[in-house]
Amino acid sequence: MNAIPLVTNETETLFDSDEMVLSMGPQHPSTHGVLRVVLKLDGERVIDLDCDIGYLHRGAEKIFENRLYPMIAPYFDRLDYIAAVSNGLLYVETVEKAMKLEIPQRAQYLRVVLTELNRLASHLLWLATHALDIGGFTIFLWAFREREEILKIFENFFGARLTCHAFRIGGMSYDAYDGFEAQVKAFCDTFPARLEEYETMLNENRIWLGRTVGVGVITAADAISLGLSGAPLRGSGVDYDVRKTDPYECYADFDFDIPLGENGDTFDRYLVRMEEMRQSRRIILQALERMPDGPIMAKVPKVIKVPAGELYHSIEAPKGELGLYLVSDGGTKPYRLRMRPASFINLGALRKMAVGALVSDVVAVIGSLDIVLGEIDR
Amino acid sequence: MKLMSLQLMTMLAAFEPPGWLSGLIEKGYAFLPQAISNVLSAQDATNFLIWPLIQIGVMLAAVLTAVAYLTYAERKVSAWIQVRVGPNRTGPWGLLQPAADGIKLIIKEDVIPFNADKTVFTLAPIVSMVCAFVVLVVVPYGPLYASVTNVNIGLLLILSISSVGVLGIVLGGWASNSKFPLLGALRSSAQVVSYEAAIGLTIVSALIYTRTFSMQGIVEVQKSLGVWLIMFLFPAFIVYLVSAVAETNRAPFDLAEAESELVGGFHTEYSGFRFSIYFIAEYTNMVVVSAIGATIFLGGWYFPGVEDLCKKLPPSISEGVYTIVGVGIFAAKVAFILYIFIWMRWTFPRYRYDQLMELGWKWLMPAALINIVLTAIIFIVGKEYGFVTTVAGQLKMTGAGKAYFTIAGLLGALPVLAVLNTINRNSRSFNLRAQRTTIPMAPRKVKLSSGAPAKAEPVAAEAVEN
Repeated sequence: MNAIPLVTNETETLFDSDEMVLSMGPQHPSTHGVLRVVLKLDGERVIDLDCDIGYLHRGAEKIFENRLYPMIAPYFDRLDYIAAVSNGLLYVETVEKAMKLEIPQRAQYLRVVLTELNRLASHLLWLATHALDIGGFTIFLWAFREREEILKIFENFFGARLTCHAFRIGGMSYDAYDGFEAQVKAFCDTFPARLEEYETMLNENRIWLGRTVGVGVITAADAISLGLSGAPLRGSGVDYDVRKTDPYECYADFDFDIPLGENGDTFDRYLVRMEEMRQSRRIILQALERMPDGPIMAKVPKVIKVPAGELYHSIEAPKGELGLYLVSDGGTKPYRLRMRPASFINLGALRKMAVGALVSDVVAVIGSLDIVLGEIDR
Repeated sequence: MKLMSLQLMTMLAAFEPPGWLSGLIEKGYAFLPQAISNVLSAQDATNFLIWPLIQIGVMLAAVLTAVAYLTYAERKVSAWIQVRVGPNRTGPWGLLQPAADGIKLIIKEDVIPFNADKTVFTLAPIVSMVCAFVVLVVVPYGPLYASVTNVNIGLLLILSISSVGVLGIVLGGWASNSKFPLLGALRSSAQVVSYEAAIGLTIVSALIYTRTFSMQGIVEVQKSLGVWLIMFLFPAFIVYLVSAVAETNRAPFDLAEAESELVGGFHTEYSGFRFSIYFIAEYTNMVVVSAIGATIFLGGWYFPGVEDLCKKLPPSISEGVYTIVGVGIFAAKVAFILYIFIWMRWTFPRYRYDQLMELGWKWLMPAALINIVLTAIIFIVGKEYGFVTTVAGQLKMTGAGKAYFTIAGLLGALPVLAVLNTINRNSRSFNLRAQRTTIPMAPRKVKLSSGAPAKAEPVAAEAVEN
């Protein structure tokens, strides 16, 4: 681990005092996996911090180079394991874009429904763990109750709850099961009331406000220069969502809004994600309503070969902008496949956000960044 | 017994032992050698040895069971709050869960970390537990037979012993020789010291009415007045309740253990039986502060009309029934406060360290202080107008007096809040970061944008430092 950088002038120490270096993680209840944060403390105040990652490194990007294109897809489910569907979508879309494949409408709509459901599941897990980090244990289990409903749908559809995988290069490997639409609709009907329950517990709770308002502030300019994306970026008021700026799949067909914060603090990121869940529900309902019939698979050659060249494609994953850079030499395996992991880049803002705050704030900020170590370490 | 002075005897003798017990001991003494009865008469042996031992035994058994089932209640109540089922496998409705937990903790390996201060590490949980249990002695569990002692400085004893209790946490955290426990211990010592002060001050305002430190005496006063002191001291009760939660290191004030921040806080390095001792101490402390709260503010075992009802029973059982009913009433009140504790824990997020200190020193302490002055003024005014009189050292209150004190006590909370609001509005936050004060609190809403179709223009890239 590198030496901790020198103290910046943005903090003031009250007294001359001894500093304590505290290693938070890799086994720690609120570092969301195996993140290790080294804190330099003056009492409870964080003077400096550094993140140590790589405990979950599996060399995924190197593995990709030695696999045939269809074989790579399942690996993506293991990166951001909380939003496996979004990751799978990113990969198949990138290859489809490189091969210039036309995807049937029905497959696109099904993909959108599943990805947005996955966004809900991911955001619910974020809400659960974020609240747990701040001490609200009940919200944790309430959010899991709703997530369970989504996972039941996933189990019916994919046969898996965590590493969901049904997207193929060219469409879907199978169609929706009978009663899929009814089950999703039933979930969407109960969901707003549940969201309101959470908001009753948190939105005007003095303790919650005290823990989130003004904590981990990041300005719009800083957020852009650090390359943040997703809720941490939009919480600062930057209007950027890949679904709008560069619509993929059939997102252009749907009517939905992008929630924007103002102050860029933890509370704004919380509000943004809560509203995003409402908007995702809107997209799901619209997609179900207009779900076309027809084939779910495009005409795809038996042996998938991507024409030589390079390509960058990105989608709006629950954690932020998830990008994939594909370099192909025209063969059956990618020459190089490099990810732009949203969590990794968002985590880069931790130092900016948390230095000068207290230990408890570090935990709150990590929670509000919504990182997943599978994606950071790859 | 010759050794015991008269004062000590009156202090300890809470209530005479029942007649049948004395008779039994009397009979048993006939079989003992003369030498023993010369030193210790049968009556003394009953009053000061056998009877107290029986009481203490019963009390310990009852409280330990209560503590065990408090953990069960906590699990069940939290389960209901969280849409779960809770323990339901061990025994009917999971009722044997506490026993299973106990056995599991006892047979677990007891790890003492390398480099830990072994002596202190071993002693610290014991300090915690002993302090929690000593306090139980002065609590009046019920009328007549159901209190172990009647110490005339009961309240002071409680305050002083519970201050020592924090030592167990501080020592445990220090002796672990590990950073998370150290932080937890530091937090906990600051926290308990701050909130102890608030608790002490709320009790002072109650003393204006009770005029005694004896826990039994406090209940007797409420009985003779025919009211529970919560009517006159509602603001003080609220301050007491909040401080009591903080004092016992429970959520939302559980900073000393703060699982998501400090892993386990002061008991991170503890396992097995030592951990369970800390656990028992924590839950016993909860019972203790609830019992004190119930005694001072909710009238302890007193409930209007119960005594008269019991007197109508045949005299042979009336005393016994009265005792048991009194204990039941007391237990119900304690359970009520404990339920609030559990309810709070599973509803609120956790305070941050500086916010906790702010709440303690900027709100609860001044509130308790102002409340003392207010209560004194209300009392003196009431005396001037003849609402309350002192007859032979006992307070007498008229019906109008009770109404006056109730209303004045409630209205008194308003100026307290107003004064605190004025003081705190302009006070500087403990945290030095400027932006904390500039960002508005709720109600806040997100803006909804229909989305920027083109790639967003980069905003003022030169303004960036990092």
